[in-house]
Amino acid sequence: MKILVCMKQVPQKDAPLKLNDSGAWIREDVSYEVNEPDAFALEEALRQKEKHSGEVVVITAGPARAQQVLREALAKGADRAIHLEDSAFVGLDAANTARAFAAAIKDETFDLIFTGLQSDDYGYAQTGVVLAELLGWPHATIIMQIEKTDAGIRVKRELEAGYFQFVDMPLPALLTIQSGINKLRYATLIGIKQAKSKPLRKVALAEVQSAIGANMQKIERLYIPQKTKNTEFLEGSPAEVAKKLVEKLRNEVHVL
Amino acid sequence: MPDSILVIVEQREGKLNRVSWETLTAGQALAAETGWTLEAAVAGSGVTNFANEIAGKKVARVYAIESPKLEPYTPDAFAVALKQFIASNQPRLVLMPHTYQVRDFVPKLATAMARTAISDCIGYKKDGDKLLFTRQMFQGKLAADVSFTCDAPWFVTFQNGAFRGDKVDAGSGAAPVETVKVEIADGIIRNKPQEVFKEAKQAVDLTQAEIIVSVGRGIKEQKNIELAKQLAEALGGELAASRPICDSGWLPMDRQIGSSGQTVAPKLYLALGISGAIQHIVGMKGARTIIAINKDSEAPIFEIADFAVVGNLFDIVPPLIEEVKKAKAGA
Repeated sequence: MKILVCMKQVPQKDAPLKLNDSGAWIREDVSYEVNEPDAFALEEALRQKEKHSGEVVVITAGPARAQQVLREALAKGADRAIHLEDSAFVGLDAANTARAFAAAIKDETFDLIFTGLQSDDYGYAQTGVVLAELLGWPHATIIMQIEKTDAGIRVKRELEAGYFQFVDMPLPALLTIQSGINKLRYATLIGIKQAKSKPLRKVALAEVQSAIGANMQKIERLYIPQKTKNTEFLEGSPAEVAKKLVEKLRNEVHVL
Repeated sequence: MPDSILVIVEQREGKLNRVSWETLTAGQALAAETGWTLEAAVAGSGVTNFANEIAGKKVARVYAIESPKLEPYTPDAFAVALKQFIASNQPRLVLMPHTYQVRDFVPKLATAMARTAISDCIGYKKDGDKLLFTRQMFQGKLAADVSFTCDAPWFVTFQNGAFRGDKVDAGSGAAPVETVKVEIADGIIRNKPQEVFKEAKQAVDLTQAEIIVSVGRGIKEQKNIELAKQLAEALGGELAASRPICDSGWLPMDRQIGSSGQTVAPKLYLALGISGAIQHIVGMKGARTIIAINKDSEAPIFEIADFAVVGNLFDIVPPLIEEVKKAKAGA
């Protein structure tokens, strides 16, 4: 099976974010990491390849820093990588990101495309499904299990409130992968070494520009959200804080 | 045709998803603000009873979009049916709840109509003639006001809990209900869904717990769960967790709080090392009192906490357990 995994580099979960001088976007000087659901998508692709043989290709869009995500994926066992390299990709809406990916892979034939179920930064939860529609492929979202069948694949979709559903699908297909579908592996030393010699194709903005249109949605303002609750911060040494908490639990929350 | 807002409510397995009422409340508020007509629709097979239920609310008209091929749900059938209906009905704004089902078909539907969806919104603003939809970004650390820069129809999905479902206005009389039969050609539906099922029996019903001590990534290691368990026991409460903890197998899935787990509203929710991702918050923001202990002063959990402690939970929880025990012994 030939599998493409769409990955994204996002600011680290506990990275303090600051607005840049124009107030329109965040300052770039934060630490980045791979979008967590995409890491599970990669792991699942590697496992499918180990079971059924084939190839795992990883793709991302973003400035030079985003290459780190691809290097890590190659070190974990992906066979090659595609980097749509330009800082302009950061400003694309989900539809344009999907169009850029579709343009970058137009000469390839994949059996499956995986994405994480959503990104931890923008949280659109759309790029994968949009890509499926652009390619004319069936899709399924929030996937917790994938098995190959004679006719295609059988996937387990997570529904809300603890419900699940198996869905039979033909190939090629696009799946958005839920965090926790598997256990992530670490890159081995030998893997990190080998990654350096694996192919990484760079795609310039100009090469996919004709596929991209104007963004259909625009972030007019980005800001620190106003608090809706009047939060009381308790300070002091751990012993003092513990005493204050117990006093709140007794006198205000009435549970002691 | 006058401008209109279409709310698409969600039915699943013969039940109206309650979050649909929230979207209807949002639609009523937007209709009042813009002066646009509010209509609602429900898609499925044999959905007239749902349409009638919606027609009791303050809406101009309700459509029952019918096809036997809409049952069971598939993204292919829903996208085709709703595209047909929206292309002829021509609403300016299409509102839906941001459910797993909607997330599954809306990007496809919008793309098929060469449009976009602003997803997972928590509110809206009217800025002159412009409608802005507010959504959280970067795990809730920032908020963005987003506008459409394309022609209508504009697709918007609202986060669970963004509006009050119990505030939906009743109509003065039943709104007219219209059945719209849609054609879904053979071969359109590619996915074959099987029966919906529940994985494991719920061993614990967290919805009944008055006190919940919940742990997140900040607990670091499986062996540290014991500390949270001791606190829960001292308080006489139940132990729960955010998704990553259950994904790691440190606690069973039936102790997971959030969009993919249980939704709770206890008297006290004590969050230990939980950053407060949106998916977690939707499951617990109804708690009467929320106490959060987290070392990251910018963690979104503090946005909704009543009492907050910025600090290392491993320093604070042990003396807290002792103080709670003392208080109980003295009481």
